[in-house]
Amino acid sequence: MKIHEYQARRLLAEAGVPVPPSQVVENVAQVADAYHKIGGAVVVKAQVFAGGRGKAGFVKLCDNADAVRAAAEFMFGNKMVSKQTGPEGITVKKLLIASAVDIESEYYMAVVVDRGKRRPVAMVSREGGVEIEEVAATNPDAIVKQWLDPHLGLLDFQLGKLVRALGLKEKEQIRAAGKVLRGLAEVFCDYDCALAEINPLVLTKDGQIMAIDAKMNFDDSAVFRHPVLKEMFDPTEEDANELRAQEHNLSYIALDGSIGCLVNGAGLAMATMDIIKLHGGEPANFLDVGGSVTTEGAIEAFRIILSDAKVKGVLVNIFGGIAKCDTIAEALIAAAREIGFQIPVVVRLEGTNVERARELLKEAAIPQLIGADDLTDAAQKVCAKVA
Amino acid sequence: MSILINRDTKVICQGITGKAGAFHTAQCIEYGTQIVGGVVPGKAGTRSEHDVPIFDNCHDAIAATGADVAMTFVPAPFAADAAMEAADAGASLVILITEGIPTLDMVRARQYLDTAGTLLVGPNCPGVITPGECKIGIMPGYIHRPKTNGSKTVGIISRSGTLTYEAVWQCSSRDMSQSTCVGIGGDPVKGLNFVELLKMFEEDDDTDGIVMIGEIGGTDEETAADFIRHDITKPVVAFIAGQTAPPGKRMGHAGAIISGREGTAASKIAALREARVTVAESPATIGEEMAKRLS
Repeated sequence: MKIHEYQARRLLAEAGVPVPPSQVVENVAQVADAYHKIGGAVVVKAQVFAGGRGKAGFVKLCDNADAVRAAAEFMFGNKMVSKQTGPEGITVKKLLIASAVDIESEYYMAVVVDRGKRRPVAMVSREGGVEIEEVAATNPDAIVKQWLDPHLGLLDFQLGKLVRALGLKEKEQIRAAGKVLRGLAEVFCDYDCALAEINPLVLTKDGQIMAIDAKMNFDDSAVFRHPVLKEMFDPTEEDANELRAQEHNLSYIALDGSIGCLVNGAGLAMATMDIIKLHGGEPANFLDVGGSVTTEGAIEAFRIILSDAKVKGVLVNIFGGIAKCDTIAEALIAAAREIGFQIPVVVRLEGTNVERARELLKEAAIPQLIGADDLTDAAQKVCAKVA
Repeated sequence: MSILINRDTKVICQGITGKAGAFHTAQCIEYGTQIVGGVVPGKAGTRSEHDVPIFDNCHDAIAATGADVAMTFVPAPFAADAAMEAADAGASLVILITEGIPTLDMVRARQYLDTAGTLLVGPNCPGVITPGECKIGIMPGYIHRPKTNGSKTVGIISRSGTLTYEAVWQCSSRDMSQSTCVGIGGDPVKGLNFVELLKMFEEDDDTDGIVMIGEIGGTDEETAADFIRHDITKPVVAFIAGQTAPPGKRMGHAGAIISGREGTAASKIAALREARVTVAESPATIGEEMAKRLS
């Protein structure tokens, strides 16, 4: 789960990390009042998950009320289009207005889970304000890391090593940076983050250490135990079909192709996308119906797949284990009756109760249903149908 | 021979009275697995629907039954604690089926189990099966093929559930039996990984070849490739799921996500090929490729 920058700032501020004073507005009418509370030079930033805000003109430095108002009118009045949003762009619903600071130097700080070492890793770099992946690729030595003991957290000597690596001169600044990293690590552990990142952390011209931008992702499996995060969840940033799928215990991700997929199991669902591509087609989605799919769930899965106008054919790939093939066949027949298939649906069933399933499908004689002998045959058939 | 489990393995089930726990315990017993006890706090002295004695905690269960493996179906918020309890009670192996356990819980549990000397399989996995001898988990037993005289035998290691069944099925249909199949699970922080299991299969006399099924996310396959290059002499066939997956999206499994430049299928496939692993182009040709390597 992701949260907005203004929300990440709030969590950091609560953990004692200094952030510039700011206000959040939801419409142009709120802007004057919000600016009045801050005053001086401010940065107006669109609160969206997509990157590329700066280039798209959705981060603006302003030094008076009129300029702030104009920036807000632009950002609320236009869709933001960046590499990450796609050509249709996204609507901005909230703006952050934050006091601008004079920057002396920029740093990077983050805590993430290191999968290989199976523990969180805290990392810092003197090269802040740029994509950390770029730094990792071109100058990996510029990133200094310390791994956290899951029970003891970030130890003092580790904190010391990391903060010294930033190359700060003044004792006060070193202490302040240490406090920031301590706060970041606390937020990471307290809220089950997958990533907690401050980029950039800045030293201002007047010697202050401050977090200017922050990004946080949370472990979806742990959100249940954090009421604060549940409140912060912004459904408008999520794909409507993905949310709808989640409500029915389906795992769905929309893609760009023309062949819808309905599969049981995440690995097999990915492999099904891959085999479609291998035979010249393009998958329209990832969809895992899970192990205990019901008829209602399967019907909903078809509704979601078929709601995508790009879909010209569907591949159903089920390896019945716990989910039995005849259950899936019944769901298929019910879905065909309830929704009505207008496009070819290639069905490959294998595993538990497959004979019974084949009989059921044969009896139902749904004209759009095309049986397949195996996975390759299924992929070839569906690709030929949409070609 | 086999790895991890065999006909002598004695198993307790944590969460034996839950819906999934009860159903799969029945399936395991039917397959021939020795399920000798169940653990459900507050139900000590009763018996499960399978007539298995129930204990309040793992310590009592293991003391009374001599079980060495715990199969865990405890709900996600409590599952990591259940695994640690089993380890403290002396289980040598915990097979954690539960999906959706918080990652930081697994970070702590894994460290605890390592200290206790307890092996972990999972979480978010189908479990482990040694065909014809012992099934601990949720995989359909009948698709597996026990070793018979003269049959070639493969060991299977996989991050996926149904895709493993697919690979097993392809092997069984081509007269290749399986020594042991291990679903290591789809989570980012887990127990036994490719490297440890590759080593076990390399040392297992009855395993002729190894199938490994990976997917996008993390760098476990790259680490495995490095290990195979130096330490594995048996033929390895791999498949990597998610070649068409977009970056930044979690593909069902918590661990199946391309983060930035890390975790792509292309990187894993290249590393494995460099280690002379046969990487199947298609998920439909895993068995065929293994048959070629073993012929």
